[in-house]
Amino acid sequence: MSGIPHDHYEPKTKGEKWLNSRLPVLGLLYDTLFIPTPKNLNWWWIWGIVLAFCLALQIITGIVLVMHYTPHVDMAFASVEHIMRDVNGGYMLRYLHMNGASLFFFAVYIHIFRGLFYGSYKAPREVTWIIGMIIYLLLMATGFMGYVLPWGQMSFWGATVITGLFGAIPFVGEPLQTWLLGGPAVDNYTLNRFFSLHYLLPFVIAGLVIVHIWAFHSTGNNNPTGVEVRRGSKEEAEKDTLPFWPYFVIKDFVGLAVVLVIFFAIVGFMPNYLGHPDNYIEADPLVTPSHIVPEWYFLPFYAILRAFTSDVWIVMFSSWITGGIIDAKFFGVLAMFGAIAVMALTPWLDTSSVRSGRFRPMFKWWFYLLIIDFIVLMWCGAMPAEPPYSTISLIGATYWFAYFLVILPILGVIEKPLPQPKTIEEDFEAHYSPKTGGTTTAGLPGE
Amino acid sequence: MFRKFTFSALAALALTAGAAQAAGEEGHVEDIDFSFEGPFGAFDQMQLQRGLQVYTEVCSACHGLQYVALRSLHDEGGPGLPEDQVRAYAAQNYEVFDEELDDFRAAKPADHFPGSNLANAPDLSLMAKARAGFHGPYGLGINQFLQGMGGAEYIYSILTGYTGETKEEAGTTFYGNTAFPGGWIAMAPPLSGDDVEYADGHSTSLHHEAEDVSAFLMWAAEPKMMARKQTGFVAVLFLVVLGALLYLTNKRLWAPHKVKKNA
Repeated sequence: MSGIPHDHYEPKTKGEKWLNSRLPVLGLLYDTLFIPTPKNLNWWWIWGIVLAFCLALQIITGIVLVMHYTPHVDMAFASVEHIMRDVNGGYMLRYLHMNGASLFFFAVYIHIFRGLFYGSYKAPREVTWIIGMIIYLLLMATGFMGYVLPWGQMSFWGATVITGLFGAIPFVGEPLQTWLLGGPAVDNYTLNRFFSLHYLLPFVIAGLVIVHIWAFHSTGNNNPTGVEVRRGSKEEAEKDTLPFWPYFVIKDFVGLAVVLVIFFAIVGFMPNYLGHPDNYIEADPLVTPSHIVPEWYFLPFYAILRAFTSDVWIVMFSSWITGGIIDAKFFGVLAMFGAIAVMALTPWLDTSSVRSGRFRPMFKWWFYLLIIDFIVLMWCGAMPAEPPYSTISLIGATYWFAYFLVILPILGVIEKPLPQPKTIEEDFEAHYSPKTGGTTTAGLPGE
Repeated sequence: MFRKFTFSALAALALTAGAAQAAGEEGHVEDIDFSFEGPFGAFDQMQLQRGLQVYTEVCSACHGLQYVALRSLHDEGGPGLPEDQVRAYAAQNYEVFDEELDDFRAAKPADHFPGSNLANAPDLSLMAKARAGFHGPYGLGINQFLQGMGGAEYIYSILTGYTGETKEEAGTTFYGNTAFPGGWIAMAPPLSGDDVEYADGHSTSLHHEAEDVSAFLMWAAEPKMMARKQTGFVAVLFLVVLGALLYLTNKRLWAPHKVKKNA
């Protein structure tokens, strides 16, 4: 693709020429697979492949699960048990799909925080970032609707609480909620539309993933130094890069294998660890669970949702200034979606001209604090909404917004960045000496 | 104005706190060293058979196992009854309604266990997965790594946790129980020790019976556990080997480009 100068595909055989003159698909594959990639990428760059694997895993296991699942309130729970007990390998399919969702979110969070640290969102990669954020939103919608399908207690009550959030929007809230649910309360019509959308959205995500990749293949990858690949000539670019195949494919596979060892250990040995026991009780609209908790990957934002109670001054103020239109409930909803929105706006909130956090001495510490904040919020989200957790949530939520809305804009102005390497080659060679013709391969294991 | 806010906020807080507290009064769940815990843990076939006996002679009077097929008693990794015994067990113990006959008939291995006989006796098919015994520390759930989820332990603790106290509330008798959230349970103590007679001569003390039936219910909830752990083990082993080979491939692939300065 465009951007970094590199060799282009030349059809050689007659067949290749025939096809390529009609549809340049081989050229497209060639350019995608052999894209010049900064050679200093570190292990934080493997999560893209892990995410691609997750999407494939979820779609494949999902398609087979659908063959045995019945989307009806009277039969959904029993059909999941049928999968677990009677379908050949069904227990494995279901546990893979269930824990696959957790791996998906685990990977997506690391992927996002990697981008936040190394400034991957900065010009010219804003579009990649925005598409990534849309994928993340769709992922949350898909995960949420998928959790409703087994029709357990948490499925039902989670759906009730989350769709209730839309009901908190002034004026249009109630009709909107009814429209989302398909009726006045969570029922069979809700289950059916969630099932339909849960099947549809992964393919929308797959399409957006292609655009996501297209976007960063046009700009070139970011890298741990944040310094751009030199584009003056092909020779210059080749000093900074190596082709994606085989160098990064094999490296990514190493990372993927390590991640999958842990993933399969969880699926094989403790598949219900990340789930909630209540979801093994069939949904009962008449019995409310004592403690409704979303899946772990929603917890940080759930904590932000609940942090803004009516005794917080900013909630009181917005309620007063809007004449009660923004009450505590709606404020919480705004805060929850706002927490993701500020993340999406990072490219324009971060004023620093330096991309990588590696060369930003002050930014680093604020960033590490953000990670801790995220984990603390996750913990608070699982705890009951009472002191001290409500207070901790409020502090955590405040820091989340402060990081994006105050700290990032100010840091860019007051921070004095460290000297950056001039080229990627320079950074790479600071770790490894220049090429010596491969003489050192001797003595490697398996040699 | 602000005072009003404070009052309503306080009221809201008090309400939620009260609700959470009522819910949060977790009972005490004892940790048992079950044979099926850990990555290599396996069900003890004899224990499952004894547990089945306790279930059949005691629990099934009120509770059901509607998701469990009688034929699965023969399955590998379960109680492993011979097929003829499964047939006899089904026919002797359960009657099911046959829609074709429009009448009740003796159960066959292809049928499921019947559901609960009492409206307020929950189905036990998934009970061992629908409860977690351990949540700590600080609600992080880390101790489940060491002790397991604790579903079977929860059942054991309920069965052995009766204090002997009773109280009447709105015409219902509640029994004091140290494991049940809130401390009072509507189920009368189902086991007292020596409720059954084991063919293998195993002790029928209360805690032995409770352990056996808890293990049986764990199997009922997760009948494919042994196969799952085996698959998990093979997958992990395969991926470790694959990962090691990929690591070496990667190292060799990059070697010409990465030469350590001090090498």
